[in-house]
Amino acid sequence: MSDSGPAGRFADRATAALGDRHLQQALSIATTKFIGLRREAFAEFPLGDQLRDRARAVKEATLQRLDHYLEQLADNVERLGGHVHWARDAAEAREILLRLCRDKGVRMAVKSKSMATEEIDLNEALEHAGVRPVETDLGEYIIQLAHERPSHIIAPAIHKTKEQVADLISAELRRPLAADPEVLTAAARAELRQKFLDADMGITGANFAVADTGTVVLVTNEGNGRMVTSLPRIHVAVMGIDKVIPSMSDLVLFLNILAKSATGQKLSVYTTLVRGPRHPGELEGPEEFHLVLMDNGRSAQIAGPLREALYCLRCGACLNVCPVYRKIGGHAYGHTYPGPIGILLTAMLKGDRSVRELAHASSLCGACHEVCPVRIDIPRMLVELRSGLDRQRLAPAGERLLFRAAGRVLRSPALYRLAARLGRLAQHTVLRDGWPRLAPPILRRWTRTRELPRVADRTFAERWKELR
Amino acid sequence: MITCLGDVLFPEVGVAMVRLLRRLGVTVDFPEGQTCCGLPLFNSGYHREAAAVAARTAALFRDAEHVVVPSGSCAWLLVKEYPALLAHQGYPTADAERLAARTRELSQFLVDVLGVTELEAAIPGRVTYHDSCHLLRGLGEGRSPRALLTRARGVELVPLPGADECCGFGGSFSVRLPEVSSAILDAKLDSVERTGADCVVACDAGCLMQMSGGLRRRRSRVRALHLAQVLAGEGS
Repeated sequence: MSDSGPAGRFADRATAALGDRHLQQALSIATTKFIGLRREAFAEFPLGDQLRDRARAVKEATLQRLDHYLEQLADNVERLGGHVHWARDAAEAREILLRLCRDKGVRMAVKSKSMATEEIDLNEALEHAGVRPVETDLGEYIIQLAHERPSHIIAPAIHKTKEQVADLISAELRRPLAADPEVLTAAARAELRQKFLDADMGITGANFAVADTGTVVLVTNEGNGRMVTSLPRIHVAVMGIDKVIPSMSDLVLFLNILAKSATGQKLSVYTTLVRGPRHPGELEGPEEFHLVLMDNGRSAQIAGPLREALYCLRCGACLNVCPVYRKIGGHAYGHTYPGPIGILLTAMLKGDRSVRELAHASSLCGACHEVCPVRIDIPRMLVELRSGLDRQRLAPAGERLLFRAAGRVLRSPALYRLAARLGRLAQHTVLRDGWPRLAPPILRRWTRTRELPRVADRTFAERWKELR
Repeated sequence: MITCLGDVLFPEVGVAMVRLLRRLGVTVDFPEGQTCCGLPLFNSGYHREAAAVAARTAALFRDAEHVVVPSGSCAWLLVKEYPALLAHQGYPTADAERLAARTRELSQFLVDVLGVTELEAAIPGRVTYHDSCHLLRGLGEGRSPRALLTRARGVELVPLPGADECCGFGGSFSVRLPEVSSAILDAKLDSVERTGADCVVACDAGCLMQMSGGLRRRRSRVRALHLAQVLAGEGS
């Protein structure tokens, strides 16, 4: 899954996913559970809607002075003894990490869950350079064993059933383990404990970075984030520049809605605040702290059509409610970020051309917009994206011709009436028992599971003459 | 306003709506020359074409006191998108703004404008209601259709688990990704059949086309009907 995107067509991957029994079972159980938990969390929290509005406003205000907040963040991190690195794109971000590993003699790095490092294909780059990355979030650990990529922003192994997980961990630890989440978690925990102690570097993302205090904030449920940031001698946090927020009071606001949206929790189990390396007199923490501030297509959208996607908190709520995601899972999308917001983020990171097919992977039902904690209008932006594909001539020529023709017909009542009449005539040649039995080629696949409606003998406009 | 799918595929819904409105004392007119609201063009990103259709549609309804649309998605486009769409494409927006202000989806018109509190159902029985996405989330309307079905004598409204989840139609989505669309539809129809209802009611031609196509293929005893048909008869 490199910058060029996956091979093959999205439609084929989606169809394959529909036939994967394990995937269907795992997705249906997990997304239904997430939807219910989120709903309950907000039902018990009447302030929720108001806080969502405020969170959106903070994101918008931050974007308007993003340069200021980023500089403030960098100054404060440096004042605390940390090092700040700026990465224009994925390649620069990888190079910063690799150089640090080389310079500091790093052979093993433990990681807590981070989409930013997925975005830059960090694990492959580290392995290639002889550094062993070890994922310590349970879900990430599972998919690392499976040699896969996360299929959900917050639940990377959501596509796996517990039986599949038992097989993977059993194979890794070379002993049979029951398909019982508690047994499997305990086994992984014991295995990972030594890794934390052996690792030279801890690599994390950042859920937030607070500009006026220089604090990097990690939200986790397993405590692994705390180990990754305190046990190895070096901690590197990689974050997109959209993750900066102005102040600690803003952090309180976002923490109030993030976990509720993601997992339905009031707060996640661990909220880890990191301020630079270990200072004299402190008992724990790394000797060195590095913060990588990554652009990778983001700043170009501050004044671009995808601006609102920069509000995203990466909670994953829009994935759970998306009827398309719930049926095909994350891998079919073929990029780092799946689901409705993933389509927008992919366009942001890799350009419009990379979402020529994906831009249409939505029925525009609006469920994503409804649950988004910062109310990103994803359907509207998908429509804008589609519009951009037409303007940039990235949409298939046949499709553009078809819609141009449709536009011509629909703005002329005479042509429209003619088309309706032709449709009726064409249908008459294939009617059986009063219903069309043969579909035009473009609708063949539609009719594999559905009967076509019948073109009525008389349109409403024709019947109106008698109703008048 | 009767838009393309309603005109060509489901004229009986329009007929039922006219009967219903007349029964309630409304003078109904149908300006000639209507085609489509432009939604398929708009949603696929063909905004120049959509605006051309929208501009002439808006002009057709210049003299109407109220504009009633038996399709939530078309009503959404008119109310929420027409003015900005036309402005972006360099058209005058006065007609579109007037249209947006006077347009109601059928159930909204019946409840908010006419204040219908009780009525007789033409097709009695056990029904369940599916929320069309654009009506529910686009126009924020889930209450009026349910209120009407609850008040209609002879109708027993049973709740549909996951009523607010998409049926998988999504216009060209169902043609571009027909297998995904079908898989979404299957979940919807399973839920519909489990309610034990005789029919599933919706307020959008797109959802009706999708659900009735799937129900007929399943040879289900459940029918998909428009709200207007339940309230005023099949319209055939």
